[in-house]
Amino acid sequence: MKYVDEYRDGKIARTLAAAIAAEVSPSLEYHFMEFCGGHTHAISRYGLEDLLPPNVHMIHGPGCPVCVLPIGRIDTAITLSRRPEVTLCTYGDLMRVPGSKGSSLMKAKAEGADIRMVYSTLDAVRIAEAEPHREVVFFAIGFETTTPPTALAIRFAREKGLGNFTIFCNHVLTPAAVQNILDSPDVKLLGTVKIDGFVGPAHVSTVIGAKPFRVFAKEFKKPVVVAGFEPLDVMQAILMLVRQVNQGRHEVENQYIRAVTELGNAKAQALVAEMFEVVVSFEWRGLGDVPDSALRLRAAYESFDAEKRFGLVSHPAKDNPACECGAILRGVKRPRDCKLFGAVCTPDNPMGSCMVSSEGACAAHWTYGRFREKNARVEAAA
Amino acid sequence: MNAPKSYRRKLDLANGRVDLSHGAGGRAMAQLIEDIFHRAFDNDWLRAGNDQSAFDVAAGRMVMTTDGYVVSPLFFPGGDIGSLAVHGTINDIAMAGATPLYLSASFIIEEGFPLGDLDRIARSMGEASRAAGVPVITGDTKVVERGKADGVFISTAGVGRVPPGLNFASDAARPGDVVLISGSIGDHGVAVMSKRENLAFDTEILSDSAALHGVVAAMVAAGGASIRVLRDPTRGGLAATLNELANQSDVGFQIDEEAIPLKPQVAAACEFLGLDPLNVANEGKLVAIVAPDAADVVLAAMRAHPLGLESARIGVVVEDPHHFVEMRTSFGGGRIVDWLSGEQLPRIC
Repeated sequence: MKYVDEYRDGKIARTLAAAIAAEVSPSLEYHFMEFCGGHTHAISRYGLEDLLPPNVHMIHGPGCPVCVLPIGRIDTAITLSRRPEVTLCTYGDLMRVPGSKGSSLMKAKAEGADIRMVYSTLDAVRIAEAEPHREVVFFAIGFETTTPPTALAIRFAREKGLGNFTIFCNHVLTPAAVQNILDSPDVKLLGTVKIDGFVGPAHVSTVIGAKPFRVFAKEFKKPVVVAGFEPLDVMQAILMLVRQVNQGRHEVENQYIRAVTELGNAKAQALVAEMFEVVVSFEWRGLGDVPDSALRLRAAYESFDAEKRFGLVSHPAKDNPACECGAILRGVKRPRDCKLFGAVCTPDNPMGSCMVSSEGACAAHWTYGRFREKNARVEAAA
Repeated sequence: MNAPKSYRRKLDLANGRVDLSHGAGGRAMAQLIEDIFHRAFDNDWLRAGNDQSAFDVAAGRMVMTTDGYVVSPLFFPGGDIGSLAVHGTINDIAMAGATPLYLSASFIIEEGFPLGDLDRIARSMGEASRAAGVPVITGDTKVVERGKADGVFISTAGVGRVPPGLNFASDAARPGDVVLISGSIGDHGVAVMSKRENLAFDTEILSDSAALHGVVAAMVAAGGASIRVLRDPTRGGLAATLNELANQSDVGFQIDEEAIPLKPQVAAACEFLGLDPLNVANEGKLVAIVAPDAADVVLAAMRAHPLGLESARIGVVVEDPHHFVEMRTSFGGGRIVDWLSGEQLPRIC
């Protein structure tokens, strides 16, 4: 597979692994947070841990759009889907996210709600066009990467004069979340989360560019390396971060030069800015209320806003008290620190959102990495 | 069952559709059965026109299996629901090391289904069954109202005879045994998906749908009882098959990603669909767990058969009370190959 296999080459991986091993200082511990679920997935899927020296620690960040969606918003979507006139279109990985009281979109669908999985926002527009008697709502979630496609869908719906298409907007912003983590007491005061640098977002940065991360390098003195989602991208980014730490630098470097520019995709940014505005505060699962961290439709586009059309109000809902998703999303805990992990919470029966999406830290660890604990136990016994 | 010829208008295969009378037990049903199914499956048992068919059995062990087919779309690159319904049931029999003997076929047809499509499916089934040498000797037809089914659903059952001395069992894998696969993974799933309404993409990938009893006979001739288990990795793919066997045999697996045959086009399709080829369905592949000293000769027998040219040794059985299927990735790190969670792809077979 051209342009993919090159970035998964085992030989180059060994070369990079050797370089990382040679350059890390044995007296230092390196803690890097990969912000994105895409990186978390690549690290687990390709077994990167096996290629890193024991003093390089990867901390999984909150960059999994499904994982950070609070339960209350899932509940709202479920309520909306039960309206007889509504067809709710959603990306597949939202189907099994648990809402309150064991509910989920999958269960609502089985009970008769008209919920359809789509692969593209434009599929939702097509459904609205083909079924004019249905109120088609697109469950819009994701970071800066998925906002432009939502905006495009709205543009097409408007051009086609579709009065039956709206979105339930849950688009969130990456820099606000990074800022929130760096400002959190865990990092700033208590030191319970040690972060020496970030593997910066891949796809998000193709849209917003590398520039927005400069403030973190400067203000918080943390190196950031924007990196692609292929395993060699991540390995190279780790090497670049190790070098910055060793040399006492804290800069934004761009490993993903084949896709990311300094300023990003101006056209996409303009389209999003035309339709969306930043909301004062938005609840993130794990991070709580984060200022300036989400988008909503501007007044000129409110006819496409499902919350307005259906008078939706989201109520905060509590997570299972034993679920550690919040702490895991902040990097305070690891999946295996959660009592529910692997016991009552598995991808087949997820209690928390980190176990649902393949990008979630718990699902990635369960699906790809849990054999390591067996090995750890064997080593401990020996 | 013969309807009086003089009152009969020919079935309109070009434009006609199945209506409720085709399932009502009257002349229309008799005509449908005769003109479509009997013609397609033509054999002495069906011509006898009984509600069942009789055959002699030899002494020894028989196997029996049944399977329903609801694949969508009904026609896909490399096959259709008809050929699939023959191959799938033959393969379930063959995985016991058995020689498949006879099939039954039951059709649940939705009102309004084009007669031409039904004829095409029946003829495809007939061809598949003749090519495999396993006749369809009894059947049934039902018609349900529009909206109560999706085109046509087919159930096939089959019986086969197990050669003396063979007792393949899913709890028989032992640490040290070798894991073989008969060719590239994921072809069927990708071929079917490429024609799904909301996904449609262009690919040259054909479904691998095929009857495997010939390969199995060659393997049995070469390895006999050194073969511990055979499985066809259909729904859930290779990952599900190995996890099932790990649980049933109380062992683990250590497999090597580089060794697993995978077509570049399938890898590419999985990449953009976000699927892991290890979870994607096959309909013409088998996994064999073989005693270590017989692995080479069984592998050679597989490779000598046209349906096993790309057969490969992909890993070993290991002792593991956790029943993990562990994989060395081609990247160099280790990972688990887990069951699939939830539904990746409804109605793949």
